[in-house]
Amino acid sequence: MEKMKALICRECGKEYPTEALHVCELCFGPLEVKYNYEEIKEAMSRASVEAGPKSLWRYKELLPIEGGPTVGLHAGMTPLVHAKNLGSFLGLDELYIKNDCVNQPTLSFKDRVVAVALTRARELGYETAACASTGNLANSVAAHAAQAGMQCYVFIPGDLEAAKVLGNLIYRPKVVEIEGNYDDVNRLCSEIAGERRWAFVNVNIRPYYAEGSKTLAFEVVEQLGWRAPDQVVVPMASGSLLTKIWKGLNEFKKIGFLKDVSTKVNGAQAEGCSPIATAFKDGRDFFKPVKPSTIAKSLAIGNPADGYYALKTAAESGGAMEAVTDDEIIEGIKLLAQTEGIFAETAGGVTIGTLCKLVKQGVIKKNEVTVAYITGNGLKTQEAVVDSVGRPYRIPPSLVKFEETFGQQGAA
Amino acid sequence: MRCRSFPLLPVAAMTKLRFHIRFPEEKIPEPVIYQIGHEYQVVTSIRRADVRETTGWMDVEFSGETAEIERAIAGLRNKGVLVDPIELNVVE
Repeated sequence: MEKMKALICRECGKEYPTEALHVCELCFGPLEVKYNYEEIKEAMSRASVEAGPKSLWRYKELLPIEGGPTVGLHAGMTPLVHAKNLGSFLGLDELYIKNDCVNQPTLSFKDRVVAVALTRARELGYETAACASTGNLANSVAAHAAQAGMQCYVFIPGDLEAAKVLGNLIYRPKVVEIEGNYDDVNRLCSEIAGERRWAFVNVNIRPYYAEGSKTLAFEVVEQLGWRAPDQVVVPMASGSLLTKIWKGLNEFKKIGFLKDVSTKVNGAQAEGCSPIATAFKDGRDFFKPVKPSTIAKSLAIGNPADGYYALKTAAESGGAMEAVTDDEIIEGIKLLAQTEGIFAETAGGVTIGTLCKLVKQGVIKKNEVTVAYITGNGLKTQEAVVDSVGRPYRIPPSLVKFEETFGQQGAA
Repeated sequence: MRCRSFPLLPVAAMTKLRFHIRFPEEKIPEPVIYQIGHEYQVVTSIRRADVRETTGWMDVEFSGETAEIERAIAGLRNKGVLVDPIELNVVE
């Protein structure tokens, strides 16, 4: 029997073959992968995982591919850093940073989902990869497509920063700038995804793509010595990452790697785009779409596809949600850099800002094993902090001037 | 019959298109779907919906000629209803 049983509708439960489908034909609900856990349990042990490759593919039995991995062979197994300095600052004994700033090859967690999506896309016979993105996803799809020898189309809004456009062009995909507002870009990309036989990673390949996020749960459990954390703090854009971390933890329980899962899954958003966190705090089970206005552009999804499921996950796990201002995002980025030497992008500032709030509120307690997910590298969003990190000291090439500036002991 | 989320090019062919539509609070009492069925040559099939006092959404399929569905979508937008792809946001 195959390890992937079917694609299943998250709403009505109707099953479909494991093809490039993403919407239920009956109720239009989203599809996700259904596995044969009994078979996976037989095929997988802690020892077999530990003997596997130093990448997310060590968990390939729980990923939606039929053969071996062919794309993104080095993604995953990023460091889990025991953040003693930041923990001490916040009053937490066991704070860990899951550092996907150094994920390979494009320095964000998107390398996980794209590695899985394009490996599956090739299995399904696709020769062209595509995505619509404002940043990290585009970088990752372009890089992986280059490695896989696939044609690649990247659709971006016409007003994207030059550095982000360059980060795509270097891999030589066809980069298409779309004139119009965010909604126009969104609508056109949905149209194109419906028209072309392309692997549009976050549209028709989405059920497979999203599964790659589970590896952020798998790795943390293994890196903690095969135990689940008490608390996790997860940034939310579409909300998919948060739901898949929860799914991953529970899959480890299903196959016997964990006895129990009592992890509280907490969601983090920027106040300028917080439809999910606002709904949670209002006690609603539905979110109201918003027009994003935040420096955390990688989280700026105003009408999040998995928002409803993220709310459900937080409630089910006993987690909480918070939102932080742009100033708090910048402070969060600086705090992480200055305590742990990790330069995160704005989404990381959202996570750290939210972590600070949840600790202050008493939601996260001193002795709880807490993991904060840092999903992207700060070198990609330098414009967000350029005015808040000070300037270098400027002196003439003179020892006297140096000592005048810094004193005999070298302290300024 | 083709089945996709949005039309790429207007063609005089029968098709089925899927949308997620949202109603602002003030539009909830209005029979918007009924009106669209009368004003345009489209057939509406509601697959899922959640309409409450202050908010409402529907996942719907419109059948008809592509150009007529596009006119119906424009008509919905003119009435203040928000129309998105069935996938919601696809730009990440």
